[in-house]
Amino acid sequence: MKAPIYIYYELDNYYQNHRRFVKSRNDKQLLYGLKYKDTSSCKPEESSNGLPIVPCGLIAWSLFNDSYAFVRDRGEMNVNRKNIAWKSDREHKFGKHVYPFNFQNGTLIGGGKLDPSIPLSDQEDLIVWMRTAALPTFRKLYGIIEEDIDADEIITVHLVNNYNTYSFGGKKKIVLTTSNWLGGKNGFLGMAYIAIGTSFVLISVLFALIHVKYPRPRGDPTYLSWNRKSNAS
Amino acid sequence: MPGKRRRALHLCEMGSFPCARPPPAGDGGGGAGYSRVVYCNDPGCPEATQLDYPGNAISTTRYTVANFIPKSLFEQFRRVANVFFLIVGIVSFSPLAPYRAVSVLLPLIVVVGATMIKEAFEDWRRKKQDIEVNNRKVQVYDGTRAFYQTEWKKLRVGDIVKVEKDEFFPADLLFLSSSFDDGICYVETMNLDGETNLKRKQCLEVTTTLHNECSFHKFKALIRCEDPNEKLYSFIGTMQYQGAQYPLAPQQILLRDSKLRNTQHIYGVVIFTGHDTKVMQNAMDPPSKRSNIERRMDKIVYVLFSGLVLIASTGSIFFGIKTKGEISDRNYRWYIRPDKSSIYFDPSRVALAAFFHFLTSLMLYGCLIPISLYISIEIVKVLQSTFINQDREMYCEETDKPACARTSNLNEELGQVNTILSDKTGTLTCNSMEFVKCSIGGVGYGSGLSEAEEAVRRGSQYESSELKDPPISSEGYNCAAVTRKSVKGFNFKDDRLMNRQWIKEPQSDVIQKFFRILAICHTAIPLVNNSSGDISYEAESPDEAAFVTAARELGFQFYERTQTSISLHEFDPNIGRKVDRTYKLLNILEFSSTRKRMSVIVKTEEDQLLLFCKGADSVIFERLAKNGQEFEAKTKCHINYYSEAGLRTLAIAYRKLSVEEYKKWHEEFLLAKSSVNADRDAIVDETAEKIERDLILVGATAVEDRLQKGVPECINKLAQAGIKIWILTGDKLETAINIGYACQVLRKCMKQIVITLDTPDIDALKKGENNAIEKALHESVAKQIRDAHSQVSVLKGSSGLFALIIDGNSLAFALSRSLENLFLDLAVDCAFVICCRTSPKQKALVTRLVKRSTRKTTLAIGDGANDVGMLQEADIGVGISGVEGMQAVMSSDFAIAQFRFLERLLLVHGHWCYRRIAAMICYFFYKNITFGFILFWFEAHAFFSGQPAYNDWYISFYNVAFTSLPVIALGVFDKDVPSRICLKFPSLHQDGVHNIFFSWPRILGWMLNGVCSSVIIYYFTTSAILQQPFNKDGHGAGTDILGAAMYTCVVWTVNCQLALCLGYFTWIHHVFIWGSIFFWYIFLIIYGSFPPTISTTAYRVFLEACAPSPLYWLSTLFVVISALLPYFLYSTFQRTFFPKYYNIIQSVRLENH
Repeated sequence: MKAPIYIYYELDNYYQNHRRFVKSRNDKQLLYGLKYKDTSSCKPEESSNGLPIVPCGLIAWSLFNDSYAFVRDRGEMNVNRKNIAWKSDREHKFGKHVYPFNFQNGTLIGGGKLDPSIPLSDQEDLIVWMRTAALPTFRKLYGIIEEDIDADEIITVHLVNNYNTYSFGGKKKIVLTTSNWLGGKNGFLGMAYIAIGTSFVLISVLFALIHVKYPRPRGDPTYLSWNRKSNAS
Repeated sequence: MPGKRRRALHLCEMGSFPCARPPPAGDGGGGAGYSRVVYCNDPGCPEATQLDYPGNAISTTRYTVANFIPKSLFEQFRRVANVFFLIVGIVSFSPLAPYRAVSVLLPLIVVVGATMIKEAFEDWRRKKQDIEVNNRKVQVYDGTRAFYQTEWKKLRVGDIVKVEKDEFFPADLLFLSSSFDDGICYVETMNLDGETNLKRKQCLEVTTTLHNECSFHKFKALIRCEDPNEKLYSFIGTMQYQGAQYPLAPQQILLRDSKLRNTQHIYGVVIFTGHDTKVMQNAMDPPSKRSNIERRMDKIVYVLFSGLVLIASTGSIFFGIKTKGEISDRNYRWYIRPDKSSIYFDPSRVALAAFFHFLTSLMLYGCLIPISLYISIEIVKVLQSTFINQDREMYCEETDKPACARTSNLNEELGQVNTILSDKTGTLTCNSMEFVKCSIGGVGYGSGLSEAEEAVRRGSQYESSELKDPPISSEGYNCAAVTRKSVKGFNFKDDRLMNRQWIKEPQSDVIQKFFRILAICHTAIPLVNNSSGDISYEAESPDEAAFVTAARELGFQFYERTQTSISLHEFDPNIGRKVDRTYKLLNILEFSSTRKRMSVIVKTEEDQLLLFCKGADSVIFERLAKNGQEFEAKTKCHINYYSEAGLRTLAIAYRKLSVEEYKKWHEEFLLAKSSVNADRDAIVDETAEKIERDLILVGATAVEDRLQKGVPECINKLAQAGIKIWILTGDKLETAINIGYACQVLRKCMKQIVITLDTPDIDALKKGENNAIEKALHESVAKQIRDAHSQVSVLKGSSGLFALIIDGNSLAFALSRSLENLFLDLAVDCAFVICCRTSPKQKALVTRLVKRSTRKTTLAIGDGANDVGMLQEADIGVGISGVEGMQAVMSSDFAIAQFRFLERLLLVHGHWCYRRIAAMICYFFYKNITFGFILFWFEAHAFFSGQPAYNDWYISFYNVAFTSLPVIALGVFDKDVPSRICLKFPSLHQDGVHNIFFSWPRILGWMLNGVCSSVIIYYFTTSAILQQPFNKDGHGAGTDILGAAMYTCVVWTVNCQLALCLGYFTWIHHVFIWGSIFFWYIFLIIYGSFPPTISTTAYRVFLEACAPSPLYWLSTLFVVISALLPYFLYSTFQRTFFPKYYNIIQSVRLENH
């Protein structure tokens, strides 16, 4: 595999598109931090111990926090965890001067913790996580390996299994893939194009056969109903 | 004056105007309904002010500034869809809402706002008009010496006003005096009834002397009259002046909104002001009619509502089950904190949560209900009406009248017409009468053939009766030799009478009498052309004009009328040259539909008192003197022959009066005329009856009403289109049958079934007791119908067509409850039905019966006041804006200038409008279902939690921005075949009659298509773009990208679907369809460039994520093609192997191109 190789974690049976979950965030707080006070939309993770949480809300609170290390014979591979989020998110949705505050300080700890010294705009794993997935089975970009991997090379993955998916019976997967101009490997689209194309051909053949067997001149006025009637009478 | 419209009071037809009156109210004056008191020239006196009659200001607006908002809002929210969206909008402020409240309310505000602006604009135009009218100036007497100018709105009841030439009357006035010495004036009532002919008004003789300002100083009078009512042609009242009572008649009343013509000025007293005036009392909203399609559309909206409730409750049940499961150990979704849940997601109170979820779902799937459907349809229909109004093919050059769609909500109904009920006179015929034949002293004159005769002669084996042996002996004339200029209303050729040859006839004295009666017994006004000296006539009915013209052509030129005299240039056979003779006019006993005759009483220069009478034959024959029956038999023969030839006949008679008899009668008559109460007309009629007896028959006239241009062809086309045609006429049986032949309604191959009570054995029956007669007549009709019915059912299918002809008397029985259904069964089996001798009320009854029992669309077409009931009763009323007044047009839904335009109106516009509206509504439901179901599929994959797949604003813009204009283009411009083909293949019309474009299978098919498209779009898009990296940088696609991509596919699919089912493309279609798609991208760019706090998930989603990604474009292409595939396959398959008529015709057109 040629670099860049993209590492994804895949979760299933995980409803990031649940309405309660999707709504439990505050875009203004992400941008302006503590200056923005109205965080009622973040319930039930809007404050703990009487202090507001930055970033608030269930999405941030449930941040995915498994970590992976890829080791090959020559040593551990370098996983780049920068540039994994959309540029517009980094630059316009998460404040450059907003630092995590009072995060994961409650009685119940959800997911990963954040380094309070790094501004939100640089917390790319959080940014990726907060761009919610559309379906309950989803992949999210974890990092990028920027070196080639040879065929048949054995890579050991050391993973820290922090994230709780057992309680709802979800599965976790790691996916490594490369991309091309079309994005990733997309079997469906290719197959679908071929299938639709084939069906067009088949149908046209079918129509042609029917037409040969039961020919009917187009626009023959004798088929008009009133002509039929008058023939009959 | 070709093309000039006139009013006709048909002498032969029944009651044009309502004759029913309220029951008599007490004695002479006063009483309920007759309580109005006017203190002339003293509006300020205490008694007058006490009466408190309203001012003369009028307001025709529907709203005022104060009540506009509440009232128009109320009107808006009578639509169930709007109420739904209002409730949704209110609930969306609660946390239940799946998206922001403003995005729910915006489309509602746009839709309601647009409709309200439309209402406000229309009302504002009315208001402007009101202000203009209220501030017109009029001269009012100040009570002392002079007239001063003031505004209309300041007039009070009792004021004396002066109206100048060509001004409108500001209120209903009592005519006091005019600039003419004899106290007449001429008015034009164009605004009241559309008639442009001048009407003569006549003031009371006592007031003619009130000529100048000074004379009003002492003028005081008290008027007692009827209360405000809407009857334009009646007025009952008395004036108390100088101690005497004078009766008032409509002759003395000048109505508001009519115009003073040919008179320098008049003086009048205001009797009715403002909204009390007759014209305002007449302004009433016509009964509102709704089309079949619209009614069915309402049902579909309810279907969609139930669909909405169904999927919302399905979602809620699943949500409930899933949420309940959250609490269990194996399914504990800690990331949504079920332990700290809000009430809406609380697993421990599932039922409540599910209920709230249900409300959420209602909001989420609200887009299933097409909010913009109603306003789109309204816009489309208004535009369609414009097309009808501006169709040059339906523009009548002679009368300068285009077609006019007076209501726009019945356009599509035109394409579904199954039965046409047509009036005859003025509708099928021109109603410009031509004098063609006459019978004088038992000798028939006139050699021309009527159209009906020609049609009969041409090709029918119609049994000629003995009477048809020409009563005109052929040696007496040779018509070909004479060429002369044609005279309107005169088509009489007979050299025995013309060019003064009549004096050589054996009965020249009778002939002289005959034409003298024609020249004197009428109410026409001569108009002398100053330059040429020619005289033309303005008459109340075209019949009269024809008579006077005929008299003129034969040497009895009527040239002057004053209030008390009529003057003629007469040819005197004794002297051998023209002499002027003046007849002193004593009384006019006017025509009315109940009397069916009119008479004048004159005094000749020899002091002889004569009564001249003309009227319907039945009426005149009843009143003949013993010695006046000399010509009765022969005249009867001629009359029968004439009416068989499709001519209208009148009998002419006179009577000599003795001075004593006249004097006695005259007193009685004056008394009757001056009584003020409800049955005055009846009393006057009764008195008139006393003198109109012992008549001496002179002869009969026959005038022809020529068929309008193109009527037979049009009827033929309509018959080919499978439309049933009923002719409802007031004519005699024979006339009706002949007109039937002339316009090819009847053909020789048809079997005629005649149901009539005019047979000898029935006549014999009539001598018994009243009840017995009734019963016997009923039995007779029942028997005839039953016989006919069995005859029809035996022969049905074998020999084809039947025509049913029924007369008015029989119809009355046939329409009775017990025979109704039997009659209708019979009528439905017949291709044509002619009802003759029908009264206006029967016309309306027949229409109602047909409409109710066949449950098919009926169209009534007529031109006169007697058709109003019929027009209002039918599903569609079409008025002919031709020769008669505007009353039919005023109560119609469509107005056309000639009958032949009906062909184009129905077969072309009807067909198109029906197709367009049907296609439009089906498509509307399709596009909303496609959109709504995608949301449902997404929700199903989002834990049924009520999360929308799209950004809020995408949803609210769907109906108003990305899909609204193309569907309007479909509704306005689409056509399956051009008009030429519509007319060439009239059977296309059957599509509408059978409602194939809006049948339930078709509607459900479209809905199914919507569901299919939604499934394809949802599953194909998610499969294509999720999971795998979305672009080269390895970013994945989230809800935001999926939403945008899926929405792109929806916009493309629904717009391409529209393009697929369009039959006709103009640049407008291209601009709207491709423009809407393009606008979606523009919208996405603009919306995406707002700060993320506003645009949320749409922030830069297009420019950053979608546009650069080939995957996005490739999957759009693929998904759109696959989503269109089912419809494409189906329509190709159906078109190729099971083509519908229009498909075949479309290909006929292609092949022959």
